[in-house]
Amino acid sequence: MIRAVLAALLLMTFGPSSVAQSNDVYSFDSRAEEQRFQTLISELRCPKCQNQNIADSNAPISKDMREEVYQMMSEGARNEEIVDALVSRFGEFVRYKPEVDRRTILLWATPVIAVAVGFLVVAIIVIRARRNGVNEPALTDEERTRASRILAEGDYDRKP
Amino acid sequence: MKRVFLFIPVIVAVVLGVVLFAGIGKDPNKLESALIGKPVPEFRLKDLHDEERELTREVFKGQVSLLNVWGTWCPACRDEHDDLVWLAEDKGVRIVGLNYKDNRDDALVWLDKLGDPYQVSIYDPRGRLGFDLGVYGAPETYVIDAEGIVRHRHVGVVNEKVWERDIEPLVNRYREKI
Repeated sequence: MIRAVLAALLLMTFGPSSVAQSNDVYSFDSRAEEQRFQTLISELRCPKCQNQNIADSNAPISKDMREEVYQMMSEGARNEEIVDALVSRFGEFVRYKPEVDRRTILLWATPVIAVAVGFLVVAIIVIRARRNGVNEPALTDEERTRASRILAEGDYDRKP
Repeated sequence: MKRVFLFIPVIVAVVLGVVLFAGIGKDPNKLESALIGKPVPEFRLKDLHDEERELTREVFKGQVSLLNVWGTWCPACRDEHDDLVWLAEDKGVRIVGLNYKDNRDDALVWLDKLGDPYQVSIYDPRGRLGFDLGVYGAPETYVIDAEGIVRHRHVGVVNEKVWERDIEPLVNRYREKI
């Protein structure tokens, strides 16, 4: 029973996407080239259906883009050339992995900055807590004598 | 000093609110063309009306034109067609048609029946020029200046409102520069 459910789940997750890609057939000289093609089309974004890469998308424009990637690959273009060729037509938008430059540096650096700020906050809290705990006794001598006096005097002394 | 820190969440919320509010109502499907300020890509394609005649990007030289990408398979193109005819006839706008991924016979029947707003019609059955232009969905309309430089792209239907708001000012501006 559990097996059947698992199998159904697996089919649901992997079924449709492999069907979607089987429309166009590309042949490659080597396994590495095929891998390179897959990586490239999974890092390029479809301009029409904006939350899909061109590997998953069925839009005609994605088909054209896959075609172009394949064409350029078979003509011996390097990865950067292929991506640049598409960016020059469709804009930076089609990069799922933006270049590191002045405009995108914040995008790339934000996770590092966030972690650094987090460490800083934790460090400050720890240092402060430690300093308070060691250097400052809970009561000064004067306060201590006053406290013991109050305690010794007892309840009956209290005026309404 | 401690009190100041208490306001940090409020400040963060306000800043986030302003940033997110700025994004409300923007259509994420409208992308800025990568070709703005660049010449129309080179092409060699046949005239839709004349199989023998070859067209190149020289068709854009000398006059400010609109380049309208359309196809008979595209319902929104039908929607904007009457407005294009109005622009060509009443406003005297020069419109170059790019018949995109279409069939010549169907396209000719369409123009015959609905009127032909295009001064020049480029026939691009395989969508090569469309691809080089970065067309990702018809209809798209480009403003091309007299030097053949792409100045603006409008994705979607061109109607009177879009013309007056986005396209007319640009066309007038580049006409003055000739």
